[in-house]
Amino acid sequence: MTSTESSPKRELAYVQAINEGLTQLMRADPDIFLAGEDVALYGGVFGTSRGLLAEFGSDRVVDTPIAESGLLGLGLGAAATGLRPIIEIMFMDFMGVCMDEIVNQVAKMKYMFGGKAVLPLTIQTMSGGGTGMAAQHSQSLEAWFCHVPGLKVVMPSGPYEAKGLLVSAVRDDNPVIVANVKTILAHRAHVPEELYAIPLGKAHIVRPGSNFTIVATGRMVSESLTAADQLAAEGIDVEIVDPRTLQPLDIETIVTSVRKTHRALIAHEAVRFGGIGAEIAAQVQEEVFDYLDAPVGRVGAPFAPVPFSPPLEKLYVPNAGRIVAEVRRMLGR
Amino acid sequence: MDTDRDTLIDLYLRMVRIRTFEEQAGKLQEAGKVPGALHLYVGEEAVASGVMSHLSNEDQITSTHRGHGHLVAKGGDFKKMFAELYGRETGYCRGKGGSMHISDLDLGMLGANGIVGAGPPIAIGAAFSNKYRKTRNVTCCFFGDGASNEGTFHEAANMAALYRLPVVFVCENNGFGEFTRQERHQAIQDIADRASGYGMPGVVVDGMDVMAVYEAAGEAIERARRGEGPTLLECKTYRFFDHVGVRGMGVVYRDDSEVIEWRKRDPLVLFEARLLEMNTASAGELQQLRERVLFEVEEAIAFAEASPFPADSALLEDVYTVTGG
Ligand SMILES: Cc1ncc(C[n+]2csc(CCOP(=O)(O)OP(=O)(O)O)c2C)c(N)n1
Repeated sequence: MTSTESSPKRELAYVQAINEGLTQLMRADPDIFLAGEDVALYGGVFGTSRGLLAEFGSDRVVDTPIAESGLLGLGLGAAATGLRPIIEIMFMDFMGVCMDEIVNQVAKMKYMFGGKAVLPLTIQTMSGGGTGMAAQHSQSLEAWFCHVPGLKVVMPSGPYEAKGLLVSAVRDDNPVIVANVKTILAHRAHVPEELYAIPLGKAHIVRPGSNFTIVATGRMVSESLTAADQLAAEGIDVEIVDPRTLQPLDIETIVTSVRKTHRALIAHEAVRFGGIGAEIAAQVQEEVFDYLDAPVGRVGAPFAPVPFSPPLEKLYVPNAGRIVAEVRRMLGR
Repeated sequence: MDTDRDTLIDLYLRMVRIRTFEEQAGKLQEAGKVPGALHLYVGEEAVASGVMSHLSNEDQITSTHRGHGHLVAKGGDFKKMFAELYGRETGYCRGKGGSMHISDLDLGMLGANGIVGAGPPIAIGAAFSNKYRKTRNVTCCFFGDGASNEGTFHEAANMAALYRLPVVFVCENNGFGEFTRQERHQAIQDIADRASGYGMPGVVVDGMDVMAVYEAAGEAIERARRGEGPTLLECKTYRFFDHVGVRGMGVVYRDDSEVIEWRKRDPLVLFEARLLEMNTASAGELQQLRERVLFEVEEAIAFAEASPFPADSALLEDVYTVTGG
């Protein structure tokens, strides 16, 4: 590493942060292995596992056939027998292929077996649209998994989160799905060099503010920051909360913010109907109804598959402009 | 085998149409005009062409992420195809699908597919329907060596043999699943060997030789039409370009020398030499034919570029069918 990289302000891209997290985790624990399609020789189609094969060898960095059910099951069986697998499902959309493994096997084994099974399994994947990859390579399906007891779900919103949440996910003794976001892989931010962990189930105040709360996940965090700058000029002082972990959800940090601001909007990339925003809105209203000056707002994708055509896709994927518009609407402006 | 001149020229034309379409599509993407990911079929033309020349519009196919060649060979309209790649309203899918979902249900092309291994189960459904409706139609299922490792293929193969469905599983073994060489993703060399495990014939054919594909596919398709059940036809081929996009050389997962070796067996060059040798056509006639196809492609690109994008209102359309509507 160069000296600039070791300075306290060292910046890494999201993709490098994942790579560094994987590398340091594997150095520290010989029970960790990574398996997935093109993760070894090629270094991952997004480059997240570049260099790992050279350092750890093919027993610990495993290229698998295109067989997601087998791959997921391999992770489960290995986790149940003492290893700490990281299973990569290249695109979140492909989790459809191995849903039984995730929903009926991974999520339930512990409970069904009366608590005996310990499953330290990490499933890492890429979510998100805006890349011209159409309906089967662009989805944000995190809400599906939040609905299934037995699974934990994190959604890193930037490089710092990508590394820190990965570390916690892998070290957790439960199955954790890490839903990375492919459109922000080049985003850069400060990432500490050491192996640090961001606690699961703990939200983060990204930007303090006094009179409007935006709860944002994944890429919507940076979009909300842009929106907040715009809204500041209109006298709206936005507080942005990034839940970081969606399951378990840190509702306490969210409602604490709403008690202060009296207004809340949830922004996510996933389809709005039945998205995690619906759950957050419901809980906010249950907890702090009396503090609310307006119904809780939500920004999400419309109820359609992700379209290919660039103008339609642009219309589809939520962004700062949509967040600004929704905030203004809620304020009657 | 005596194959008449029309058939030979038809086979050549299908291959030329695919090659020209793909080369131009690749250029457009490199020029930044076509968004998204293009998985191009250059090098594998003999497979789609040899199979498709046996099929009518009532016979179906299922395709893959590498689907342009299948649709072109099935009779796809260049204009609608390019318009789709450009995301225009006039495209096959109103611009909503793009390269990876290009389809023409009227031609029996049940869709390119972004999910590896999605085709085989759909194919047996279409074949089931053909049988149920007492047609003599056949479904051809294209899939890669990589896809042959998905559970979906194995489930579909078993059911096809069990129900004696009129389906032909056409494995396009181009030696790679994405960036992983075949010997690193399965412990067998011939995917056709898997057929016996399900109780159907398995055939290996040279996928660079369009006549060989044509003959083997003809037998398998006839067998299916006679109600004798499925066949697994493995075509050994090679993709000249990268997994995505056009760059074929200088990639990390294979040596250039290997690409050069395979390019010596370019299915178009091989077949052209054969046509000349058999005096089926003169070099000038073949040249004319290629020029005509290029002209058609250029016209189609102009059509696509002049076409409008879908209106904003299209975003929420086509999610559901209005029942009885
Ligand atoms: C279920 C699923 N897993 C993984 C992928 C990513 N992917 C796209 S194409 C491809 C390789 C497919 O290989 P093969 O079936 O041999 O077809 P080829 O690309 O060689 O034509 C992979 C892994 C996918 N699209 N769908």
